[in-house]
Amino acid sequence: MFQEISFILNGKKRKFNIDVRKSLFEILREYAGIKSVKQGCKVGECGACSVLVDDVLIDSCIFLGLWADGKKIKTLEGQAKQGKLSKVQQAYVNEGAIQCGFCTPGFIMATTSFVKKNKQKNVTIDEIKKNHAGNLCRCTGYQNILKAVKKSLRN
Amino acid sequence: MFDFEKYIKPETIDETIKYISENSDARLIAGGTDILINLKKGKFENLTLIDIHDIKELKFIKIDDNKNILIGSGTTFLNIIESDIIKKHIPMLIKAASSVGGPQIRNIATIGGNICNGVTSADSASSLFALNAVLILKGINGKREIPISDFYLGHGKVDLKETEILIGFKITPNNYKGYFGHYYKYAMRNSMDIATIGCAVSLKINHGVFQDYRIAYGVAAPVPMRCLKTEKAVINQKISNELLNKISNMVEKEVNPRTSWRASKEFRMNIIKELSKRVTKKILISVGEKI
Repeated sequence: MFQEISFILNGKKRKFNIDVRKSLFEILREYAGIKSVKQGCKVGECGACSVLVDDVLIDSCIFLGLWADGKKIKTLEGQAKQGKLSKVQQAYVNEGAIQCGFCTPGFIMATTSFVKKNKQKNVTIDEIKKNHAGNLCRCTGYQNILKAVKKSLRN
Repeated sequence: MFDFEKYIKPETIDETIKYISENSDARLIAGGTDILINLKKGKFENLTLIDIHDIKELKFIKIDDNKNILIGSGTTFLNIIESDIIKKHIPMLIKAASSVGGPQIRNIATIGGNICNGVTSADSASSLFALNAVLILKGINGKREIPISDFYLGHGKVDLKETEILIGFKITPNNYKGYFGHYYKYAMRNSMDIATIGCAVSLKINHGVFQDYRIAYGVAAPVPMRCLKTEKAVINQKISNELLNKISNMVEKEVNPRTSWRASKEFRMNIIKELSKRVTKKILISVGEKI
């Protein structure tokens, strides 16, 4: 069961002949060489495989690869521009919001989506938590992640 | 890799109905947040998947000429949370939609899937019960409408006839105009959890007297339910703490929670009784009533 699909991946048009039974997560890692998406839970609970599809945050492990056809996909790889980290990435670095790093790509995509919707708004810590509740950090470095999100909103 | 045998992607509702009638054992996939996980677990053998994820006809939130609010079955919880129509007329549904899973799940899971799964813990179900939502179904024999309370037949079983698909929900103006509602989800975690008990209340008040009162629960029985005897006893009564206590004692006799690994029957009963008071009180206070 193969089908040809194409999508814009981090600004570049890509075409793949995919097995329709594969998840977007598998397409990204196996076909597109995107290694920032991590397999944590495989069931949409940990958020380590989070990407943006037409700017909507989703878990790529429970998203059919076919659904990406004709869409714009953004992953961590597309965040830095000309060697310069995005504001969200820089805020994570500055706040030390990284321990083992496994959850970080997913978290950065969640924050990127959150910041886009809430720029310059006065958001509460509870709102930040609620909007990052789909991402788990097993090192439990949440405090610095919260600081990084707050910083990203200010910049 | 998801374990299915055959994949069909219709473009329209009518095409979907045609494919369902040709593949009687097929399953529909909309948001996929439940079925894809079950597919990974290998719960189905030789499954035919009919993909309605991208059918635009199923994605809408609108008000028709008769002031009915219409919500397409393919509407995601994100669409509901961001809808001005829902915000203005039935904010309790936003509360329910916001309590589903986490952001990634709300961004893709659909309200139609939440209901068609037939589970008692569905966060949108109790609010739709309290709103007397009507389901619009379509099959090869045409369209039909059915109240949500008749749609649930048992755990995981809903009244979807062989070739039918859920098109959407209709909430008539006499079920939302002048009403104030609230949904409270009791769970062990604030996010990414399944309700231990969900409670939705919708009420109409005039000069301190209940004109109407509706209380619905999730996980209080094998399917979502309303406490109709309690509701009847509240209508035309004045707001008082005694009345709240009466509600709490009356709902106890109507519900039928069970013990599961999540919580015991006794604990659930305690939550059910407490939430009846708490949710009602929260609405009353929010509309400026003294209690």
